[in-house]
Amino acid sequence: MIWIENLWKDFENKEVLTGLELHIPRGETLVIMGRSGCGKSVLLKLITGLMKPDQGKIWIDGEDITTLSRKALDRTRRKLGMLFQSAALFDSMTVGENVGFMVSQHMKLSKREIDEIVAEKLHLVDLDNTQHLRPAELSGGMRKRVGLARAIACNPEVILYDEPTTGLDPITALEINQLIRDLHQKLQVTSVVVTHDMESAFLVGTRMAMIHQSKVIAHGTPDEIWQIDNPVLQQFISNKNHHQN
Amino acid sequence: MNNQPPIRRQTLYNSRNLVVRFVDTVGGRALNWISGLGSAAMLVWETWSLAFRRPLQLKLLVHQLLLIGVNSVSVVLVAGLFTGMVLATQGYHQLKQISAEGTLGRFVSVSVVKELGPMVTAFVLAGRIGASITAELGTMKVTEQIEALEVMATNPVKYLVVPRFLACAIMLPILTLFAIVFGIVGGYLVAIVLFDMNGFFFLKLAQANLFISRIIISLVKASAFGMAIASIGCYKGFTISSADGAEGVGKSTTGSAVTSLITILALDAVLNHLLYTIWGLE
Repeated sequence: MIWIENLWKDFENKEVLTGLELHIPRGETLVIMGRSGCGKSVLLKLITGLMKPDQGKIWIDGEDITTLSRKALDRTRRKLGMLFQSAALFDSMTVGENVGFMVSQHMKLSKREIDEIVAEKLHLVDLDNTQHLRPAELSGGMRKRVGLARAIACNPEVILYDEPTTGLDPITALEINQLIRDLHQKLQVTSVVVTHDMESAFLVGTRMAMIHQSKVIAHGTPDEIWQIDNPVLQQFISNKNHHQN
Repeated sequence: MNNQPPIRRQTLYNSRNLVVRFVDTVGGRALNWISGLGSAAMLVWETWSLAFRRPLQLKLLVHQLLLIGVNSVSVVLVAGLFTGMVLATQGYHQLKQISAEGTLGRFVSVSVVKELGPMVTAFVLAGRIGASITAELGTMKVTEQIEALEVMATNPVKYLVVPRFLACAIMLPILTLFAIVFGIVGGYLVAIVLFDMNGFFFLKLAQANLFISRIIISLVKASAFGMAIASIGCYKGFTISSADGAEGVGKSTTGSAVTSLITILALDAVLNHLLYTIWGLE
């Protein structure tokens, strides 16, 4: 579904990604791990076309998005849904308007049909009858759920999650992780989860990749990741080990 | 050179260093300014090119028109009224020195229509609307809402900038008409209450100098001011980095108001020269 080929990106002479290679097969949930500032969020911005790479290619569903025109890029973006770290809900809109935003912008549907889609997506994230609420009235966990409902509103083929559990208490974080797993099973989508929360990574990931010093140093299923003999990787996931013990 | 005492060489080195630092700072700022101007021009160009492309987003435009119009009309009326009053008070004393106080109606009417009407309205809106556009878009930028728009395949310039740009370009002339009317009313009140002048004669002279061409030129100027205010407000909001946070939003909001005021003055000077001197309009 997503191929990343020899990707380079630097900011003011600070190299963030140097020749990154990654393949995300259709229907998988790939967790990208790494320390803060290693380029995980930059990678998501490159996949969504919010940033242009200095070099390299990103293929989404057979199209190289690094060479697309604005119009063609927007067509590809309609296949994507993204949950932002801060949820990025539109303050000036209600929950219902937030969830129905992309549908109302890109699908020629009546208000009743849009309302039905909004209700259905809010039901999927366990937030029934919250359409009238404003983002300011929501808790952190609820904001993430609304962000997720908005991300899946147009039935995307790929869902991108930027630090989905950051800033949440452990119980709410667990609920969000379970929600990501449920959605993956119900919608059969390809997911990319960027996180440094190991609890979350092992719970939702069907494949995992570790970025260190601008490169992917480990890639495989969660079981394979445990077996890889790399001190940096082992140090990073030891937190999970600690939790398991 | 080698025979010079070390203290002299050190002084020379320091002053050379100072000059290099000065040139570096001034050059750097000039480059930043030129680069900013280029980016702002590109934003205006993109706004124009998207303004009349489908979907027209009429709902958003109407919302902005109401927001700008309703929120500003009372301030514009008060500002127009007091401007007319001050103009009449100052004008009366100046005209009296050449025994021409009887032409106060003409003086107030021409000044308010040609200059003060559009200028006062633009100043009020630069402070109110320009700054609020920057604060709103800046907050959206810092909280990733603008990136969310892009990821949802919605062009932020089309969705956020175009309605604000068109609303300012349309509402400024309408509000300027209110400012002109209330400016003349303010002048009239001062003339009859403070200076015991003939009100009918004041209004007759004021009306005799209200040419349609003058009003149209004034409204064209107001529309240009409106476009400048919206462009600066949007540009300042869009250029805040996510890392700047609330402090960045505050700084950009102040910067937006100041830049708008200076731009309005500069634009007024250019338009006056272009319209009245080069094209000879009256």
